[in-house]
Amino acid sequence: MLLIKCPYCEEERPELEFRNAGEAHLVRSPAISEQSDDDFAAFLYFRQNPKGLQFERWRHIHGCGRFFNAVRDSVSDKFLTVYKAGEPRPDVEALLNPEAASVSATAAEPAKKRAPRAKKGEL
Amino acid sequence: MADFAQAAQRAHPLQAGQAGIGSVSVTPADNATRVSLRARPDAVAALSKALGLSLPLKPKTTATAGNRAALWIGPDEWLVLDADGSSLVADLAKVKVLHSAVDVSHRNIGIIVSGRGADAVVNGGCPQDLSLGAFPVGAASRTVLGKIEIVLWRTAEDTFRVECWRSFSGYAYGFLQETARDVAV
Amino acid sequence: MSTTAHSGSNRIAGAGRLVPAKTVRFTFDGQSLTGLEGDTLASALLANGIHLVGRSFKYHRPRGILSAGSEEPNALVDIERDKSRKQPNVRATVQEIYDGLKVKSQNRWPSLTFDVGAINDLFSPMLPAGFYYKTFMWPKFAWKTIYEPKIRAAAGLGVVPGEADTDRYSNRFAHCDVLVVGGGAAGLAAARTAAQAGAKVIICDEQPEAGGALRYETDVTIDGKPGYDWATETLASLRATENVTVLTRTTAFGYYAQNFVGLVERISDHLSNPGSDMPRERLWQVRARKVILATGAIERHMVFANNDRPGILLASAARAYLNQYGVAVGRKVGVYTANDSAYAAAIDLKRAGVDVPVIVDTRDNPSSPVIEEARSLGIDVVTGHAVFSAGGKRRVSSISIRPNRGGSERKVVVDALIMSAGWTPSVHLFSQSRGKVAWDAANERFLPGTYAQDCVSVGACNGSDGLQQALDEAAAAGSKLAGETGFKGKTKALKATGGTDWVLGMIGSAPGAGADTTVKAFVDFQNDVTAKDVRLAVREGMHSIEHVKRFTTNGMATDQGKTSNLHGLAIAAEALNRPIPAVGLTTFRAPFTPVTFGAIVNHARHDLFDPTRRTPMHAWHAAQGAAFEDVGQWKRAWYYPQAGEDMHAAVNRECVAVRNQAGIFDASTLGKIEVVGPDAAKFLELLYTNPWEKLGVGRLRYGIMLREDGFIYDDGVVGRLAEDRFHVTTTTGGAPRVMNHMEDYLQTEFPHLNVWLTSTTEQWAVIAVQGPKAREIIAPLVEGIDLSNEAMPHMSVREGRICGVPTRLFRMSFTGEAGYEINVPADYGRAVWEAVYERGKPLGLTPYGTEAMHVLRAEKGYIIVGQDTDGTVTPQDAGLTWAIGKNKTDYVGIRGLLRRDLVADGRKQLVGLKTKDAHVVLEEGAQIVANPNQPVPMTMIGHVTSSYWSQNCGRSIAMGLVIDGTKRLGETLYVPMPDGVIEVEVTGTVFFDEKGERLNG
Repeated sequence: MLLIKCPYCEEERPELEFRNAGEAHLVRSPAISEQSDDDFAAFLYFRQNPKGLQFERWRHIHGCGRFFNAVRDSVSDKFLTVYKAGEPRPDVEALLNPEAASVSATAAEPAKKRAPRAKKGEL
Repeated sequence: MADFAQAAQRAHPLQAGQAGIGSVSVTPADNATRVSLRARPDAVAALSKALGLSLPLKPKTTATAGNRAALWIGPDEWLVLDADGSSLVADLAKVKVLHSAVDVSHRNIGIIVSGRGADAVVNGGCPQDLSLGAFPVGAASRTVLGKIEIVLWRTAEDTFRVECWRSFSGYAYGFLQETARDVAV
Repeated sequence: MSTTAHSGSNRIAGAGRLVPAKTVRFTFDGQSLTGLEGDTLASALLANGIHLVGRSFKYHRPRGILSAGSEEPNALVDIERDKSRKQPNVRATVQEIYDGLKVKSQNRWPSLTFDVGAINDLFSPMLPAGFYYKTFMWPKFAWKTIYEPKIRAAAGLGVVPGEADTDRYSNRFAHCDVLVVGGGAAGLAAARTAAQAGAKVIICDEQPEAGGALRYETDVTIDGKPGYDWATETLASLRATENVTVLTRTTAFGYYAQNFVGLVERISDHLSNPGSDMPRERLWQVRARKVILATGAIERHMVFANNDRPGILLASAARAYLNQYGVAVGRKVGVYTANDSAYAAAIDLKRAGVDVPVIVDTRDNPSSPVIEEARSLGIDVVTGHAVFSAGGKRRVSSISIRPNRGGSERKVVVDALIMSAGWTPSVHLFSQSRGKVAWDAANERFLPGTYAQDCVSVGACNGSDGLQQALDEAAAAGSKLAGETGFKGKTKALKATGGTDWVLGMIGSAPGAGADTTVKAFVDFQNDVTAKDVRLAVREGMHSIEHVKRFTTNGMATDQGKTSNLHGLAIAAEALNRPIPAVGLTTFRAPFTPVTFGAIVNHARHDLFDPTRRTPMHAWHAAQGAAFEDVGQWKRAWYYPQAGEDMHAAVNRECVAVRNQAGIFDASTLGKIEVVGPDAAKFLELLYTNPWEKLGVGRLRYGIMLREDGFIYDDGVVGRLAEDRFHVTTTTGGAPRVMNHMEDYLQTEFPHLNVWLTSTTEQWAVIAVQGPKAREIIAPLVEGIDLSNEAMPHMSVREGRICGVPTRLFRMSFTGEAGYEINVPADYGRAVWEAVYERGKPLGLTPYGTEAMHVLRAEKGYIIVGQDTDGTVTPQDAGLTWAIGKNKTDYVGIRGLLRRDLVADGRKQLVGLKTKDAHVVLEEGAQIVANPNQPVPMTMIGHVTSSYWSQNCGRSIAMGLVIDGTKRLGETLYVPMPDGVIEVEVTGTVFFDEKGERLNG
């Protein structure tokens, strides 16, 4: 069972409280009824489903009830970051290389969240 | 025309069972007035004033004043509880700022889990960390218990109030009695 | 006659820690035996001189006890408390005995000593690894019908119990700062430091008590005390510490993402009379901020001919049986080793008075104080030699010794042989955590390499071989991890003396079982895999260890490579002539040891299997003898049979009563959502096809909800209670997903709207009163609402009171009759229902269930989403074009409806179907064809979605989805059934009161 940080509850909660809601950042056109077949098909059906980093939606359905977005590695199952619905897609490069990003002095808070390091060498 | 000697009587879905199992008692809570309150931050002050308590703004927290309690459920959602027959619904009806108040008094059933090991009883089906550090007295959260959704509120170190929807109350009550038997072992 | 406390002839006075006076009686295959309190089944059997406890999986070879722990691959037995509490494949080395314990051996017939299946052993040249992949290829059908059932019957171990398990199982979610897995020296040292720093610690161990190897390493001191005493005292002080949870008899079986570790605590398996409240097992689902793995190491056996004979054990097991249980595993115990640790066992046995005729050491010139000590005790130590074979069948009787590189053979008579090929660090949980192991070439073992999770391995499982090194490492880890969780504290370092050296030994087949031989030298006892089988797999082209594993089943099933893994790997590597790391290591999978279904399911049984949702009026329905129908988790009254009525008769009576007088129906399960806010109407415009802005306050409208693809998702009646407040109803089954769908759009697509959604499904009990007398029935009970047609026409809603309690009264109909749906706060539902029923009964008011409701709505052609639609039906297909707002520019599904395929000809459309023979009732789901005389497979042009006998129409009625159905009105189509073709006429969907006049009655 994963632990997922809810950006609204501001803490990690057990996966049982959440429901995955598919790919994030799909934009429903404000003029959807005028959309071309191709554009509509892309919106309705076509998904990235990459091996590796996924931008995906979750709903804290048995918690605060809010939908939010997450960047998760589909191989390791690790969450890189979570962010509220409506917020822009985070800079994955900065998340993966926080040192480089902090040089540019704009390191966002989520950059602190990184994969746990190997502990063996530190013993 | 309609002149009833007696108005329709309430029927609670749970029968109070054995009071205690070992150190922990699992009992149905009294009837309560409940409102599902929704509002944006700019309405909180006016709503707080009408309610006579400061609506909590931090996740997993509550505010109480007398019998009245407001549980933070989500960033724009509170479950407000008060004694049966309270003026809660009427108090909110007077508020003019943008909000949604829906009477859910009969939607939910409360169950009180109390006694030494109450946290373990709830943890028989609730995956949240209920240590006092993570879930202190006064903490509340919507979460899960076994296969249902509940709202969990810690009212004292060894007392939790479990709120669930009415038709799930039999399950919740049975579940908590079962886990209470386990904790008593 | 007196009963003497006799607990087995192999019990050695003064040895072990059990109390001779505390005897326990149990039976093994019907034979009554005595053991001591604290015995495992294995130690008690050995005390009674019993080594033969089972037959092997494939060859039915006699098998004994190999180990003294959970790695046991052989000694699997059946434990039966009673018919419903029966557990196969229990490890005799783990099961503790209790008074009355009943044990049966497995996989033998007719008896353990004479087993017919043992003939497989003679045929074994025909049953090599992978034989079933090749031998039973032809004829194809025979696999399912003959080969597989026969093989399954002949192979296998325990028998699955036939009755439902009456034991209780429980579950606990737990959180801690530091979880320590393993209660040996390292685990205790780590837990002690972490606990003293103040961290919340859980420590678990699969044994009934702590100590691990300290239970038999009698030469150890820690803190100046004997190792075992230190372990016991440390565990007791941990138990007494508030921030520590000590779980003994608890196995950490699975290590999952983000330090989520599954433990199973065995609570009553060791008790003679467990209390009825006591669960048999408790599942602990632990979320640990830090995990310390102190899982130790597992001793390997030597791989030589007939190394599986009963009486051949691991050296450490013999030591445990002696020093913990006071049991000698034999009277004449040979020793076969490739490292030092078996010497300690030999020395202990010799000192206890057991004859140790020989220690056979494969090493050419080993030197170590223990070797000298053994020699000084008069044991014959033969180095550079190997045991080429073991004699005896149901018990080892001799060993044949030869120099490693060949030479003359010597036979030594023994009644037990203990062996050690070295120690395999138990990296199972580390590997489960997705950590990557690294090959330690110098010591020929895999050790934790790259960590994937926030955990640390300490002690033997980390390759820290000396006791002092393990303690220091463990204490440092406990302190460091506690510190990382915010707890700092200092703990006095532990000083240790003595202890087993865990290093070195050998892997792979021993001399005499090499590639040039055909002997049965077992690598994996549980799966009957020999060194020869592994080599065969390589010859057959399995060059990856994952393929070798699957071809041979080496390390599969419950063994999970505990004893077999490294040997198998080494033999495969040798056959492939590649270094071991290049051949790879198979993945260790959860569970570490078998976990019962009971523990996994825990509370979710019987009433708690799944929530059963009952309406406020449920008890009334039950008291009236209603039959119930499951609708999702809900129990709904299906029909109310009266004396002598079958379902058909009851439903007919209920349907007729609704049309002639009135019926009362429990509609409480319908989903309800309160939509509140100034943009409520705007929001509904976007979520439903219908227009809502202009719906007047106090009016109702039937709404259709689509998915973005244009297909019908749900439907329901929506009432406007105020400008900014709507009462939305959904289908019973659709309630949760509709709420989620609406929240999704509100939060992520239309967050600018000022509106909120609240589920009120369970706030309201809903009592439908339908039929010509509906108004007359409810009128006297209602206060504050003008019920006249003028004041409250069809499709309107009013708030007022009924029976003295608040109501939202809907005038609406799902029957085609004039009628009401009375919403009252749920706790009042039962009382109001009864009041309405009492009032209406003299007027013919009849309770009707969901079946009559279905018939009545079908008579009117009202659809049920999910029955007449299936996720591929548009409003146009369902004849609901009228419900689409013509001037709307946006709603969910508006673009989907424009898709080419959805507007093209040839779509399936909902039509009525009348059988030519009015008495024939079609089957729902039956296929429809245009020409019944065409060859099979026929071209199917539609199917029946709803079909009933309608007593009100005096005939059967049906609806179906038919290609271009609306163009076919009047056509005759055909429904081919097994016993003949049914002719149907395509009609409109309304079968009763086509003009709809009764609604306004």
